[in-house]
Amino acid sequence: MAMPMESPISFTNVGKIRWWQRGIFASQTGYVLLALAVLLVIMHFASPYFFTEGNMQNVAKNFSFIAIATLGVTFVIITGGIDLSVGSMMCFSAMITSMVMTELSAPGSPLVHMAADGKTVLANVPGLILLISLLAGLGVALIAGLVNGFCIAMLGLSPFVTTLGMLSIVRGLGYVVSNGRGSFPGGPDADYFYALTSGDVLGVPVPFIYLVILALTMAVVLHHTSFGRHVFALGGNEKAAELTGIPVVRVKIEVYVICALAAGLQGIIISGWLGSAPANMATSYELNVIAAAVIGGANLAGGIGGPLGAIVGCVLLEVIRNGLVLAQVSSYWQQTLVGVIIILAVLVDRIRSRMT
Amino acid sequence: MTKADATPVLELTGIGKEFGAIRALHDVDMQVFPGEVVGLMGDNGAGKSTLVKIIAGNFRPTHGEMRFAGSAVHFNRPVDARAVGIEVVYQDLALSDNLTAAANVFLGRELKRKFGPIALLDHKAMAARALELFGELRSETRPDDLVKQMSGGQRQAVAIARTRLSNARLVMMDEPTAAISVRQVEQVLGLIHRLKEQGVAVMLISHRMPDVFAVCDRVIVMRRGEKRADKPIHETSPEEVTALITGAKEAA
Repeated sequence: MAMPMESPISFTNVGKIRWWQRGIFASQTGYVLLALAVLLVIMHFASPYFFTEGNMQNVAKNFSFIAIATLGVTFVIITGGIDLSVGSMMCFSAMITSMVMTELSAPGSPLVHMAADGKTVLANVPGLILLISLLAGLGVALIAGLVNGFCIAMLGLSPFVTTLGMLSIVRGLGYVVSNGRGSFPGGPDADYFYALTSGDVLGVPVPFIYLVILALTMAVVLHHTSFGRHVFALGGNEKAAELTGIPVVRVKIEVYVICALAAGLQGIIISGWLGSAPANMATSYELNVIAAAVIGGANLAGGIGGPLGAIVGCVLLEVIRNGLVLAQVSSYWQQTLVGVIIILAVLVDRIRSRMT
Repeated sequence: MTKADATPVLELTGIGKEFGAIRALHDVDMQVFPGEVVGLMGDNGAGKSTLVKIIAGNFRPTHGEMRFAGSAVHFNRPVDARAVGIEVVYQDLALSDNLTAAANVFLGRELKRKFGPIALLDHKAMAARALELFGELRSETRPDDLVKQMSGGQRQAVAIARTRLSNARLVMMDEPTAAISVRQVEQVLGLIHRLKEQGVAVMLISHRMPDVFAVCDRVIVMRRGEKRADKPIHETSPEEVTALITGAKEAA
C-alpha cells in the first residue's frame, strides 16, 4: 500500500508554468479571440451600422447557421479525424424532415390513416407530426454517422476517404429521394417548425440559443466527463489510449455519430430559415465548417480543440463577411480573405509554439 | 534475502511459443519474487519481447504454464493481465502528450463524482492522488502540468505512477533508460528502488549493462529463445553476462 509521505515534494528545479503560458492564453483560440476583438473595434469605426441591434442579430443568426455543425466536427477533429460529409448531411436531414412532414400531413398519403374530420390522424395531435419528422431527419443523420464510425473505427478505413465517400453518397441520396426538386416544410405543424428554427425569443434568434446550450454542454462533456477525456486521449496518442484500456472503437464511433447529428440539426435549422430544403442546399459547407474549426484552434493532427474555439472561428468568418458587405467590398473577396485567415491563424500558432 | 518460504509472484514453467515454423521461445522456467528486481537481458531476437508479451497477455503461450501469486492464469487480452496485477511500462511510455500528468495517470480509470444521473470527473481527487504517487516516487512532477512540457524522467514517473494506482504486484519495464539523459537515468533507477521498497516485483528489460547491475537482484539472460542463465547479480559480472548474450559462453 501507499506509504505516508515522509516529506512533501519540493519543486526545486521544476518551475511552475506561468498563467499566461497555459490554458487559453497559450492557445490559438486565445490569439484568434484577440484578433476578433480588434476586428470588432475596427468595424465599429469603419461602419456606423455595424453595432446596430439589427446587424448584431443578423450576425448572431448567421454564424449560428454553421456553428452547431462546427461544434460537431470539432469533436471529430479532436480525435484526429475529419468529417467531410457534414454539408451533405445538413441537406439530407433537412430534406427528410420536410418531406416526412409534408407526407404525414397530406390527405390521401398511403402511409397515414384518415380521421373522421378529414385530416390525418397524426395531424390531430398538435406537434406530433413535427416530432416524427424531426426524429426522421436526425435518424438518417444517426445512421450515416454510424456508418462513418463503423468504417473508420472497425474497418480501419481512413476518415478522409470514408467521409469523402459519405459526402457523395448522402448528397446523391438527397437527389434520389427528392428527384432533384426541393421540398418544403408543410402541413399543420409548419408554424411550429418555423417558430422552432427561425423564430426568436426576446429578440435573440433561436438558433443562437441552441448554439449556446449545445456549446456549454460540449464544454462540460469535453472537460468533465471520462468520455471527453478519452476523446482528447485518442487525439493525443491513439496507441496509448488503446494500451490504457480506453474503448477506442466505441469512442470513435460516438464522435462520428455526434458530428452527423450536429450536422443534421444544423441542416434542419437552416431549412427553417430558408423556408425550404433544396437539393443543392449547404453544398461545400463542410469547407466553411472545417475552416471555422481550424481558425478557432482545433488541430487537425488531433488532441486540441473546444467549443469556444469553434464559435470564435465561426464568428470571425461571419464578421468578416458582414464587414465586407458593409464596407461595400465585392463579396467575391470574402472567400479569398477566408483562405488567408486560415493560413494566418495556423501560422501564428506555429510561430508561437516555436518561440516557447 | 531468503526466499525459501515466499510464494513467487510469477512462476513460469516450460513456457514455449511458436509462430508457424519459427520457435521464438523454448522451455523457459522462471520465478519472480515480491520486492525483487529481475533484469531480463538478451540480444535482439533472443525472445525477450515475446516473453514479456506472453506475461502481459498480448500472446498466449504455445506450451507451458503460468502461475501468478500461486494460482494458474490464462490471459486472452492485456486487460486480463492487468486485472490480476501485472502492469507494463512501455518503451514509448504510452502517454498522451496533450493531457496533464494527473489525467494520464488516471486514463481509463478516472475518478468520478455522481450528480444525479451524470458522473463528472473528480479533478481535485485525481490531482491529489497523483501528487501523492509522485511523492512516493520522489519525482518533482506537478499533476496539472501537461506531459508535453515534461522531461524524460518525469514522463517515466507518470508512466510508473500509473502502475502504482492499481497496486500492481509485478511491473515490467521495457527499456526505461534507453532514450534519456544521464541524470534522468539516475531518477528512473531511483523509481525502481521505490517500487522495490513497496514490495512490488520489477522486471527490467534493458540493454544497458550498468543499469541492470545498479538495480537488479538477479539477472536472466536469454539467447535464441532459451534461458541461458539465471543468477544473483553478485555472483556474476558484466563480462560474463556479455559473453552469455553474445554466445561466447553457452550457459551459466
